[in-house]
Amino acid sequence: MRSVIRIADLSVEEIAGLNATASDIIAHPKNYAEVCHGKKLATLFFEPSTRTRLSFEAAMYDLGGHVLSVSDGNSSSAAKGESVADTAKTVSCYADIIAMRHPKEGAPYVASVNASVPVINAGDGGHNHPTQTLTDLLTIQREKGHLDGLTIGVCGDLKFGRTVHSLLEAMSRYPGTRFVLISPEELKLPSYVKKDILEAQGVPYIQTTDLEGSLPELDALYMTRVQRERFFNEEDYLRLKDSYILTPERLRSARQDMIILHPLPRVNEISLAVDADPRACYFKQVANGKFARMALILMLLKEAGTL
Amino acid sequence: MNVDAIKNGIVIDHIKAGQGMEIYRFLGLESLDCPVALMKNVVSHQMGKKDIIKIDGELGPDLNVLGYIDPDITIDIIQDERCLRKYHPTLPEQIRDIVRCKNPRCITTTEQELPQIFRLADREKKVYRCIYCDAKAKT
Repeated sequence: MRSVIRIADLSVEEIAGLNATASDIIAHPKNYAEVCHGKKLATLFFEPSTRTRLSFEAAMYDLGGHVLSVSDGNSSSAAKGESVADTAKTVSCYADIIAMRHPKEGAPYVASVNASVPVINAGDGGHNHPTQTLTDLLTIQREKGHLDGLTIGVCGDLKFGRTVHSLLEAMSRYPGTRFVLISPEELKLPSYVKKDILEAQGVPYIQTTDLEGSLPELDALYMTRVQRERFFNEEDYLRLKDSYILTPERLRSARQDMIILHPLPRVNEISLAVDADPRACYFKQVANGKFARMALILMLLKEAGTL
Repeated sequence: MNVDAIKNGIVIDHIKAGQGMEIYRFLGLESLDCPVALMKNVVSHQMGKKDIIKIDGELGPDLNVLGYIDPDITIDIIQDERCLRKYHPTLPEQIRDIVRCKNPRCITTTEQELPQIFRLADREKKVYRCIYCDAKAKT
């Protein structure tokens, strides 16, 4: 049974196909309004999340399907000590596809090995979040028109930011990609990510602490939040959370065709005044998230023979 | 000190001095019924001192797994008191239930019945990563 646990589970060709489907859904939503009639998506969220869960559920509703939802791990059998494997086997009896978010890294993989329906990883701790990356790729594709030959700046928490790691992994597969890694020293990209992803594939990158100085060369700037939940130590979080704040003043040095992305939610790393800037694409990104998930649900259900 | 030659079995040679007991335990040799000899600090021209394990009987597990502990170990397969094959273990693609994942965020920390599986991520640098969370194996 095909599941999607990490972005590398999808080939460049499959991502192109998903982007094409998502764009077709955006252009012709009525054509897809009933394609999942009678099918059920189970959203198993064992960690707080609003936008990802709503995005998955909206995606399934817009495909004409139904949703079974566990939105609070404390109210499910997991709170009674049920294993992820047993949960996956059980939910497979009721749903045609599962989207799982879990605080423990690897939990959706365990689910995928044990489920008899496709499993989509909707985020496992600080590890993988492939549908966010699909969303990012769809947004870059739609805004820039292509995914190759781009200089991407990633800024903020590059140490714990799972969306950053997945984005680097995904974009590294496109020829001509170049990265500018912007972060405070304490939140630099882990060396294993640099070695295993960037250096292994020969992708050029520079590391810097200078956001403003980096802006002129960027095609896209990917901002991230310093996440409180990834820190064991509150003091470290408070010290680093305001490291980089994007303001209209700082953006003066950026190119007019640069796009600004953010996986959201933001805290204060992009000032509200930036929202009116035509380069700000993060709310388009949110909208694209639903379409990317619709395309993925369709692909997996078709491959499973459910559709 | 003399240890009888073995008839049909395995000699694990060129073990770093002091590591023999670790391999003995790792392979679960204490549970074997056949004669097993662990020799420590044997004089070696090549290594100065080394440990040797001789097992006069069959051994179940794939000994390539020893490549994870030390790829310089030599394994001699003995048949009718003759060395049939001598080889260094190659790093297995996957190791199972040999090391535990040390990442506190890994699912295996809360679901401890899950098999501890690591895949070979970098043969040159002998890096194994947890199949669940991608953390590097640490012994």
